[in-house]
Amino acid sequence: MAVFPAHLHADPAWRGRLIACALAVVVVWPMLVVSEFKPWLLWDWQSLSATGRFLSDFLVPAHGAEFLQMLLRETWQTVAIATAGLTLALLGAIPATLIINEKLSISALGTGRMRLPARLLRQGVRWLLVLLRSVPELVWALLFVRIIGLGPTAGVLAIALTYCGMLGKVYAEILESSDSHATDTLMANGSGRLGALLYGALPESASELMSYTVYRWECAIRGSVVMGFVGAGGLGQRMDESMKMLAGAEVSSMLLVFVALVALADLFSKILRRRLG
Amino acid sequence: MHTYQLRNLTVRHPGASASAAAAPAALHAISLTVQQGEQLALIGPSGAGKTTLLATLACAQRPAEGGFEAFGTDPWALGEGARHRLRAQLFLAPQTPPLPPRQRVVTAVLAARLPQWSVWRALVSLVKPADPQAAWQALSRFNLGDKLYSRVDRLSGGERQRCGLARLLLSPAKALLVDEPLSALDPALSELTLATLREEAASRGATLICSLHQVELALRHFPRIVALRDGRIEFDLPRGQVTQQMIEALYQGEQPASAPLPDHEALAVKLGIGACL
Repeated sequence: MAVFPAHLHADPAWRGRLIACALAVVVVWPMLVVSEFKPWLLWDWQSLSATGRFLSDFLVPAHGAEFLQMLLRETWQTVAIATAGLTLALLGAIPATLIINEKLSISALGTGRMRLPARLLRQGVRWLLVLLRSVPELVWALLFVRIIGLGPTAGVLAIALTYCGMLGKVYAEILESSDSHATDTLMANGSGRLGALLYGALPESASELMSYTVYRWECAIRGSVVMGFVGAGGLGQRMDESMKMLAGAEVSSMLLVFVALVALADLFSKILRRRLG
Repeated sequence: MHTYQLRNLTVRHPGASASAAAAPAALHAISLTVQQGEQLALIGPSGAGKTTLLATLACAQRPAEGGFEAFGTDPWALGEGARHRLRAQLFLAPQTPPLPPRQRVVTAVLAARLPQWSVWRALVSLVKPADPQAAWQALSRFNLGDKLYSRVDRLSGGERQRCGLARLLLSPAKALLVDEPLSALDPALSELTLATLREEAASRGATLICSLHQVELALRHFPRIVALRDGRIEFDLPRGQVTQQMIEALYQGEQPASAPLPDHEALAVKLGIGACL
């Protein structure tokens, strides 16, 4: 058996790893202190019993007739907030997509270079989309609740603004990353930007666009629930109230409704994708 | 009247133009005059610049130097809008059919009308095809009438290629630029396809420029032959003056660089490899 040579004994990576670990501890520790990370509070007897009571309520979801009626009404409102917000977002996102899509440039045709005004317009709209989606929907919702008061309108506007930024960006990227041969040929043969989009790029990526839109609708439902906590209406607002009253049974029913809504969105997306194949 | 007048034209690929003027040009000093209604075949080995020349003629590629006129005007001296309207007069059919797989054949063929259609008309035609009869007539001239409502991804390679050419029949363009229309067709269909293209061009007085790999077919169908090699015009003659020697010289050196090894030598190589293992 070969003897392990002594000078190879020290692993050259070992010291670096040790220092990295030490550094990580030095950096992370103050963060834990600042963020008041005290997990042992969870095992305190008082909080354990409160948690226990709250969770045991979950086993039998609330199902009184009056409660179910309220639940149905609020669910409908949540779906309406998400759908209305997404529709408004689409009204802004579709034109923005058409503007920022770099494949659909007539001035770049044959020269490979866009005119300066076209480039500036694209960059401007890009920045606008960045601005819209960099502010979280919750922040928009807080802002609108201050301006127009409590209620679903704030939620709808918040979703519309944030999602307009997201949809515009992702739509443009989906369209740009699809095969551009059909679009390029249509434009080289003299059709306009919109014609080339409708007959070239759209059939290439219709099902990706559809599945992303349905997924965003699902996100909008979740988003509207979170925004309900700051008073923007819908199921979220009710859930906030039930949470504060520690009514586990009600919270449990509401969570079941969320699961059902997300499953519904999933099914819907599956059917649409199969249709567009 | 001239369809095209090219004087000492140099064309560089879009990527090359940005880096340096010293980048090798795809086409050098091309001088070519094409009368309206003329039919000519472009021949030459792969990489000779046939496709680049067709793209230049379609105003889909801006020439670097030299004079270029289409229908008596320099397209690159025109404004962007006017140049794009000129493109509608020039129909480029690329070698790979530019058809989105999920589109229906009828929609793909009718896309030829996009330059003439308003956006609204284009949208409506996506839902209910605007002129299915015209599409059917164009398709049946290539024996594809029964595929009118099929999806493009259900077609074979040869069917797709003819479907792309059926689009050409629906375009009102005055110059038809066709890149290798026969690459996926059998001999009988090749004859039919070339005959249809020539018939169509002659019936509406359009200029037909067609790049071909099949030299015999080019000589049989086209009165004028333009041969390209390494981005230069090798000869430009009426077919009567093209000799077998000229064709051989044109394609010389296109055979695989290393001739296949004789049997016993190949065996020796194999044995040699075996010995190394």
